[in-house]
Amino acid sequence: MTPEATILLAIAVPAVGMGLIAAAHRMPDLREAITLATAGLLSVLVASLTPLVLDGARPGVTVFEMMPGLALRFEVEPLGMLFGLVASGLWIVNSLYSIGYMRGNEEKHQTRFYVCFAGALAATMGIAFAGNLLTLFLFYEALTLITYPLVTHHVTPGAVRAGRLYLGLLVGTSIVFLLVAIIWTWQLAGTIDFTPGGILGGEVPNATVGVLLALYVFGVGKAAVMPVHRWLPAAMVAPTPVSALLHAVAVVKAGVFSVLKIVIYVFGVEATAGVKSVDWLPFMAGFTIIAASIVALRADNLKRRLAYSTVSQLSYVVLAAALLTPLSVIGAALHIAAHALGKITLFFAAGAIYTAAHKTEVSQLDGIGRRMPWTMGAFTVGALSMIGLPPAAGFVSKWYILQGAMATGQWNAVAVVVASTLLNAGYFLPIVYRAFFVAPPDDGHRAHGEAPFTMVAALTLTAAGTVALFFFPDVPLALARQLAGG
Amino acid sequence: MRSWRRSNLPFSKPPITRCNILISQNYPILHVVVPLIAAPLMVLLRHGGFAWLLAAVASWSSLAVSAALLAEVAGGGVISYAIGSWAPPWGIEYRIDSVNAFLLVLVSLIASVVVIYCRESVEAEVAPEQHYLFYTMYVLCLAGLLGIAATGDGFNLFVFLEISSLSSYVLIALGRDRRALVASYQYLIMGTIGATFIVIGVGLLFLMTGTLNLADMAARLREVTDTRPILAALAFLTVGISLKLALFPLHLWLPNAYAYAPSAVTAFLAATATKVSLYVLLRFYYSVFGESAVFIAHPTSDILLVLSLAAMFIASTVAIFQDNIKRLFAYSSVAQIGYITLGVSFDSLTGLTAAIVHLFNHALTKGAIFLLLGGIALRLGAVRFQDIGGIARVMPLTSFGIVLAGLSLIGVPGTVGFVSKWYLVLAAIESGAWWLALLIVLSSLLAVIYVWRFVEAAYFQVPSASVSRLREAPLSMLVPAWLMVAACLYFGLDASLTLSGASQAAAELLPGSR
Repeated sequence: MTPEATILLAIAVPAVGMGLIAAAHRMPDLREAITLATAGLLSVLVASLTPLVLDGARPGVTVFEMMPGLALRFEVEPLGMLFGLVASGLWIVNSLYSIGYMRGNEEKHQTRFYVCFAGALAATMGIAFAGNLLTLFLFYEALTLITYPLVTHHVTPGAVRAGRLYLGLLVGTSIVFLLVAIIWTWQLAGTIDFTPGGILGGEVPNATVGVLLALYVFGVGKAAVMPVHRWLPAAMVAPTPVSALLHAVAVVKAGVFSVLKIVIYVFGVEATAGVKSVDWLPFMAGFTIIAASIVALRADNLKRRLAYSTVSQLSYVVLAAALLTPLSVIGAALHIAAHALGKITLFFAAGAIYTAAHKTEVSQLDGIGRRMPWTMGAFTVGALSMIGLPPAAGFVSKWYILQGAMATGQWNAVAVVVASTLLNAGYFLPIVYRAFFVAPPDDGHRAHGEAPFTMVAALTLTAAGTVALFFFPDVPLALARQLAGG
Repeated sequence: MRSWRRSNLPFSKPPITRCNILISQNYPILHVVVPLIAAPLMVLLRHGGFAWLLAAVASWSSLAVSAALLAEVAGGGVISYAIGSWAPPWGIEYRIDSVNAFLLVLVSLIASVVVIYCRESVEAEVAPEQHYLFYTMYVLCLAGLLGIAATGDGFNLFVFLEISSLSSYVLIALGRDRRALVASYQYLIMGTIGATFIVIGVGLLFLMTGTLNLADMAARLREVTDTRPILAALAFLTVGISLKLALFPLHLWLPNAYAYAPSAVTAFLAATATKVSLYVLLRFYYSVFGESAVFIAHPTSDILLVLSLAAMFIASTVAIFQDNIKRLFAYSSVAQIGYITLGVSFDSLTGLTAAIVHLFNHALTKGAIFLLLGGIALRLGAVRFQDIGGIARVMPLTSFGIVLAGLSLIGVPGTVGFVSKWYLVLAAIESGAWWLALLIVLSSLLAVIYVWRFVEAAYFQVPSASVSRLREAPLSMLVPAWLMVAACLYFGLDASLTLSGASQAAAELLPGSR
C-alpha cells in the first residue's frame, strides 16, 4: 500500500468505524469489538508510516482543492507522526478501559459514546496529518463539535452548562482569533502550507508577527493557555474515559500540537528567535503553569485537580515552543507524548476509583491503596511523570526543556519549571501518601476491591508505557530530533 | 468610492446575436415564458394535482434552460436576446452574462427542489380548493424572479418585480395562521413603497438618458452625470431596492412574512426573493451607475457598510431572543443579508466575490433550514421553542439537518458558510480594515448562540407527550431538504465551482480590477 493511501485510510478507518458502530447498536459485544478492531487497525496504519518518516520521507497527499489555491492536504512530518502514534495507540487502551467503565457504571447512550469517540479519533488524525492551516482548522473544528456530545453525555443541566462553556470558548476563540490569523497569514504569505523554516519570514513586520502569534496561541483554545483554559475543568463533567482520552490526549494535545506545529512550520524557530514582539509568550505560558498548579493544589475534587494539572502541563509545551531553541522544541514534542501517557494513567485511576469505590474527592482516598494496589500503583507512576522524576517519561521531556532554557540563558523559564516541579509534587504526593500510608476510615473501603479487569489492565498498560518511554525513548526522540533539524 | 471604469463599452463587445428559429436560440426568454404560460393554464383547469405537476415541469424546464445558459456564458460571453427581434436599445433586450446566469440557475434550482417538497407540505397547510391558486402564484413568482434576473431593460425589470411581488403577497397570505394576512399586508405596503421608489428611480434615469435599456443607460449616463436628477435616481433606487432586499433597517416586513407564510413559501422566498433583489442592487450599482461620477462622489459604500454592520449585530441579537423558530431564522436572514451587502461595500473584487458567493451559499443554507422547519410545522403545527423540546428523538433526520445547516450559518469549516466567511474576512484584511475582520467573526458568534438554542431544545429536553407521538417528516419533504443540506456540505468542501462562478461574475461587474 502506498503511503498516500495509508494517510487517507488513517482518517477513513475511524470514520467508517463510526458508521459500523452505529449500525451495531443493538449488539453491544459486536459494537465494542468493532471499536477495538478499528482502533487496532488505525494504530497499525499509523505505525506503518513511522519507518518512512524516520528515514526522512514526508509522504503527503492533496485530496482536492477547497478554494482556489487552498487545498485539503495531508502531509506526515515528524511531529504529526508522533502525535498520531500517541493518539492512535492510546485509543486502543482507552477502548479497553471504556468498555469496563461504561458497563461498570451502566452508562446510557453507549452507542453514541463509541460513535463520537471514533469520530474524535478521525478528527485527531486529520489534525495530526494536516498539511496546511486550512486542513488543520477544518479538523480542529470538527474535533470540537464531535466531542461536544461526549462532554454533555449525561444530559444533566450541569452537563449542558459545561457544554456551553466548552463550545463557546473553543468555537469562539477558534473563529475569532484562529480563523482571522489563518486568513491573515494567507494574505501576508500567499500560502498556508506547513513549511520547514516557516512561511512568514521576510517582509512581515515584527509587530505583526507578535500580534499573529497572539491570535494563534489564544485562537487555539484547546491549548488552554490562560485565560482561555476554563473549558477544560468544565468539561470534566464528562464520563472519565472521555476525560482520559480527550482531555489528556486527543483534544488538549491537538491544541498544543497545533501551537507547536504553527511555531515550527509557520513562524519558524530560527526565523522568529530574535523577534522581540513574541517575548510575551513565555511569560503567559509561565504564568499559566504556575497559576494552574496553585489552583490544582487547592482542588479537593480529584478530576478537577487533574484538570488543572493538565492546564499547567499543557503550558510546558507552549513554554518550550516559545523558548524558540532546537533543544526545547525536542522537549516540547516529547512532552506531548510523555504527558499523554502519564495523564491518561492518572485519569484511568480516577475513573477506576469512581467505578469501584464511588469516590471523587481527594479527602476520601485515605488508605485506598490497600484495596486497589494496582490502581494506586499506576497512579503513583503517573504522578512521578507529572512531577518529572525518573523513572517516568516526564523526566526526559523536562530535561530537554530545561536544557534548552539554560543553553539560551532564559533563566525565568528555568525558574518556572523548577517552581512548578515543586508545586506538582505538592499536589500529587499527598494523594499517594494518603492512599498508601494513611489508615482507612472505619466505614468505607470494605465493600470494594479493584475496578473491573479491563480498566485495571488499561491503567497498568499506560503506567508501564510511562516507564517504558523513560528507558526506551528512541522512536519519539528520533522524531523530535528531526523537528529540531538534528 | 474608489473609481472603477468599464474597460469596454457595453456595445463594444459584440454580443452573440440570435435569430429566433430554433428553440435553443430562444433560451434567454424560455425560462420565463414557460412558467408564465403555465400560470393561466392552472387557473383554467382548477385542479390541484395537475397544477402541481405543471409547476414541477415548469420549474424543472426553467432549471434545464438556465443551466444551458450558464454553460454558454461560462466562458465570459454575453448573450443578447432581442424580444420580437426589435433590436436594442429600442426593443426589450434580455441580456445574459455570468452574473445573472448564475442567479437564474440558483432561482430555478431552488424552485425545482421546493416544488417537490410542496406536494405534501401544501396539502397540509393550504385549503384544498386553493391548491391550484397556490401553484399559479408559485410559477408566477418564479417567472417574475427569473424575469428580473434575465432582463436588460429597466421598465421590464419593474414589471417583473411587480409580478413576483404581487404573487408573493398572495403566497404569504395563504399561510394557515391568521397573522399571515397581516404579515402579507405589511409586506404589501412596504413592497409597494419599494417598487414605487424603484419605478421613480428608473423614470428619472429615463428622463435624463432617454433610454430604458440598462446597458445603453450606462453609456449615456456619463454625459449627464453629476446632475441632481441622477443623484435622486440613485437615492430612490437604493432605498427602493433596499426595501425589497430587506437591508436593515428596511427589513421590518421580513420576519413576519417568513414566520407566517406556508413553509414551502418561506423556504422559496428566503432562498430567492431577497437574493434577486440583491442582484438588482448589484446591477444598478455596478453596471448602470458604475461609470457615473455621482456614484463615485457619494459615500454609498460607507452607508452600506454601516447598515450592514447594524444588520449583522442587531438582527442577530434580536434573533437570539425569538420564541418562534421561523422568526428566529428570519431575523438571521436579515443578518446574513448584512454579510452580503458588507461584501458589496468593500468595493473590491474579493469583497464582491464574497457577496455573490454568499448570496448563493446563504440561499442553500436558509432554504435547507426553512424546508426542515416545515417538516416540524407539518407534524407539530408550530415551531416555537416551548413546543419542540426533545424533538430530536422523534425527528432525528430533521433535527440533525437543521444542526448541519445551522453550522453553515455559523460558518464552521466544511460548510458553505465558511467559504463566504473566508472571503469576507479576506476582503476586510485586504482593505486594511482588520477591525472589520474581527467584527465579522464576532458577529458569527451570535449565530452560535441562536443555533445552539435549537440544539439544546431539540436534544437536551425530555420530549413532551405531544412531541413523543410524532413521526419523522415524510420522505417527499425530507429528500428535498436534505438535498439542500448536502449541497451546503458539498459546496463547503469543494467550493471551486461556486467560487469560480462568483469571481467571474464579480470581474464582470468590476472590469477595472480584472
